[in-house]
Amino acid sequence: MSTKKRIMIVNHRPPHGTLHAWESLDLTLTAAAFEQEVSVVFMGDGVFQLLADQDTSQINIKNFAPAYRTFRDYDIRHVYVEKEALARRGLSSDDLLIDVNLVDTGALCRLMTEQDIILHF
Amino acid sequence: MKFALLINTGPYQHQAADTAYQFARAALAEGHTIRRIFFYQDGVYNASRLSVPPQDDRHIVRRWSALAAEHRIELLLCSASALRRGILDKEGARVNAIDTDNLAPGFRLAGLAQLIDAGIEADRLLSFAD
Repeated sequence: MSTKKRIMIVNHRPPHGTLHAWESLDLTLTAAAFEQEVSVVFMGDGVFQLLADQDTSQINIKNFAPAYRTFRDYDIRHVYVEKEALARRGLSSDDLLIDVNLVDTGALCRLMTEQDIILHF
Repeated sequence: MKFALLINTGPYQHQAADTAYQFARAALAEGHTIRRIFFYQDGVYNASRLSVPPQDDRHIVRRWSALAAEHRIELLLCSASALRRGILDKEGARVNAIDTDNLAPGFRLAGLAQLIDAGIEADRLLSFAD
């Protein structure tokens, strides 16, 4: 297959409580190593995954949040955060540990229709 | 059409493994191709040969093995997901000095790259998750 595929990874769960966020991150970094168009979405409670200053020392679970900073090294440029989800949780892009594209839910829906592969966690 | 399947949930607790299996059977019967089925997250539990369901219930693990043998489908597990959940191939058991492996016939440990690869190669990658 010569043409690039558009692969979108959608995160809608909080960072802890389940392993979804961590395993999604593993998959995202793997996908980025292929020469495809990878984008990542954080919507709903998924926006909590990107909170700066996370401290997991009290729950004895590895703090994998700093790994989101490697998105830039992996050339993952399309990082979308659902604007309404942030606002509803009293957050703004200043609370996040990386630069993101804030998009409203309608724009997210349109982006999804343009993908070849969507994987959600 | 060439399909690749991704299964992210364990057997029995979630219906996704059943739905995926029924989809695979139906698609193959219609002449479509499935070369690879990838098991990620709790989906790796679909590969435990130690699963013993009640006799009047379906045997999800053996069903996968039979499907793979019949249609020469690769059943691949994410090795990191599998190892942390106690799904081991012979090599994993040996390296970690554990007394048994428990991978059912037809399944093989692989890397996530092989999932992405399957998605690129197939016309459609279908994800079965919760």
